Amino acid sequence: MELEFNAEELAFRDEIRAFIADNFKPETRRAQKLTPSFQSDPDVVVPWQKALHARGWVAPGWPKDAGGPGWNAAQRFIFEAECARVGTPAMSPMGVRMVGPLLIRYGSQEQKDFYLPRILSGEDLWCQGYSEPGSGSDLASLRTKAERKGDHYVVNGTKIWTTHAHFANRMFALVRTSDGARQQDGISFLLIDMKTPGITIRPIRTMGGDHEVNQVFFDDVHVPAANLVGEEGQGWTYGKYLLEFERGGGVVSPKLRQALRNICEVAESEVTDHAIAHPEIAMKISEISLDLDALEFAELRVLSALQSGQNPGAVSSSLKLRASEIHQAITRIGVEVIGQSALIEEPMRPLYALNHESLLPEAFLTLVPRHLNGRANTIFGGSSEIQREIIAKQVLGV
Amino acid sequence: MDLTPTDSQRMLRESVARYVAENYDSEGRRKAAQEPQGFSAQHWRNFAELGWLGLAFSEEDGGFGGGPVDIGIVMEEFGRGAVAEPFLSTVLLGGGAIATCGSAAQKRDFLPQIVQGDLHLSFAHYEKDPRHGLDAIAAEARREQDGWHLRGRKVAVLDAAAAGIHVVSARIAGAGDDAVALFLVPRNARGLTLRDAPRMGGGRIADLVLDDVVLPYDARLGEDDNALPAIARIIDGALTAMSAEAVGLMSALVDTTIEFTKTRKQFGRALAANQVIRHRLVDMYIACDEARSTALRAALYSGESSNDVVRAMAASGAKCKVGTSARKIAEEAVQLHGAMGVTDELDVGLYFKRLLAFETMLGSGDHHLRRHAALMRQSASV
Repeated sequence: MELEFNAEELAFRDEIRAFIADNFKPETRRAQKLTPSFQSDPDVVVPWQKALHARGWVAPGWPKDAGGPGWNAAQRFIFEAECARVGTPAMSPMGVRMVGPLLIRYGSQEQKDFYLPRILSGEDLWCQGYSEPGSGSDLASLRTKAERKGDHYVVNGTKIWTTHAHFANRMFALVRTSDGARQQDGISFLLIDMKTPGITIRPIRTMGGDHEVNQVFFDDVHVPAANLVGEEGQGWTYGKYLLEFERGGGVVSPKLRQALRNICEVAESEVTDHAIAHPEIAMKISEISLDLDALEFAELRVLSALQSGQNPGAVSSSLKLRASEIHQAITRIGVEVIGQSALIEEPMRPLYALNHESLLPEAFLTLVPRHLNGRANTIFGGSSEIQREIIAKQVLGV
Repeated sequence: MDLTPTDSQRMLRESVARYVAENYDSEGRRKAAQEPQGFSAQHWRNFAELGWLGLAFSEEDGGFGGGPVDIGIVMEEFGRGAVAEPFLSTVLLGGGAIATCGSAAQKRDFLPQIVQGDLHLSFAHYEKDPRHGLDAIAAEARREQDGWHLRGRKVAVLDAAAAGIHVVSARIAGAGDDAVALFLVPRNARGLTLRDAPRMGGGRIADLVLDDVVLPYDARLGEDDNALPAIARIIDGALTAMSAEAVGLMSALVDTTIEFTKTRKQFGRALAANQVIRHRLVDMYIACDEARSTALRAALYSGESSNDVVRAMAASGAKCKVGTSARKIAEEAVQLHGAMGVTDELDVGLYFKRLLAFETMLGSGDHHLRRHAALMRQSASV
């Protein structure tokens, strides 16, 4: 076991730093800093993604032959840590972290050849059609129907909590193609072009004031049968595989660390009259920082044990569970640090396009919305209660 | 950077785990606890033969040059079996003091004896609870014609009953406010009184009174007039190792509790068939895994290459974070075992006490959280 970076790893770090210095634009940095939602608008992400794409660095977790950079655990961690340090926007996870790995494992050669390069280049923006109004934690009860008619599936139903459906040109969806003995049977995995006639989108505003999620309606939407992934009726298996990547297998701790650093900076500043000088604030920050230390080492342990492209398994559930709780604790201390300023609302979105003087100092603008939006963290991607069920069954055997 | 264990680390873990599994059970532990020294001399001889007592010392000091990660591996496996032998007191605290502060002659005289299992040590520093700070000591050493004269009183000295030599801290009279040194006090020194008691969860604990104990000049460890930074390093190393031991104690409790809730039936089904129980088991499991990550982190940061602040933050951080996990797991384990968990008939109670002892020793979790927060601000490193 060795914690220190060796000379090769240090050289790699310098390479990443130089790349960031050359390619990360100050206006993107400011826009990202002022983004309180989970995912950044394509306007913010695309320029950065293009720069990464030119170097082949968009999908650090993908195997090399699928278009990944072929980095080892240490390199992946260094890359994430360096990006987090300066606050680069994250690639839309629905492509790179979700449907990408799924297609790599289960897609046909044609599907891989067509979709994977478009994910990397940013030409395609994906959204995820999983939850439905009647199917949240009990995802397998989903009822959106896809009926086979000739060489098409005809899709009817509705999906909800669809992040960035209003930006995406493609959706991957779990749909019901038949009714089986168990509700998990008869689910299939479909790739849907969002421009297909019959799709409508209703925006849903969250309590933080952001428009990130939507409800999507399907009214006789014709999807080519070639857009089925794998076998008909096996969608549940694929869908669960994808969820492991949604939950874990990434590197989250550097971003959380940076979020905590940003709050420490605010707490050290004049604007808060040095909130951190109060022991109750300083000790809470220390406590969160210790939780983060543990998460970081858990991630490093998992990363060291996984080959790139490999699915993380049930450990993704415990990483997701803790990462989401720590995220919430960080956003909560952010609210506490600014005291009564937290009462002031700034409804304008996007915040980086703010064209008037706000009553809130710029450093405070995102803190409360981040906390409010952050409550979703223990709910999306499988609620914490679902993660506990998975761990109980798969790890503890109870 | 690579966090996978080396082959020799894997082998070390296997060998300690096997020894503990084969040699430690409820009955054996209870018998050892009846010994006047609180542990089994036979086990200690075996530890020496297996080479574990030399792990903490460099090869030139007569040891086998293991690092903090190796020590953590041994301590974690000791924890699983609630081993009561005084590895912490003799090897890490007392032996650590000689290795850190001792002269070449002192190291040559004493460290090989520890490695061979022939010498036990105690580390007598605190006079008040650790929350008062490392410098809250009043014991005094005065240099006179016939040697050093020591006066003072030390509390909560771990495993002093077995110690051939006590490593005692004292202020050096007339040498300035910061002047603190460590002294080697033989167990039969005139003027030394030891009041000894059994320690919660295993081992012994004692108060020492030094009433004009006269020592030769060379009884002082090294030459340094300010031993406090070295004492801090020794204690940080002990905190790191104890955190690994606590992980072993916790993982044994988590396993036992899962097993128990799978077999124990109420209302016609296993306890673990209830979601309210399952989720609590998961939270115990996660708390244990977080503690494992934290202890490993502290071990890796306690190596030679880390600076003092990083090392101190990692050690205090581990004491706090692992302590939080320890309390949660210990309390849940007793609760989920029901009334049987409160009895002295199951090992659950013993492990509970060992974890409570961990929380209590060398400063509470809150004390170390304060220290962590102060260091964090001072170094501006989140």
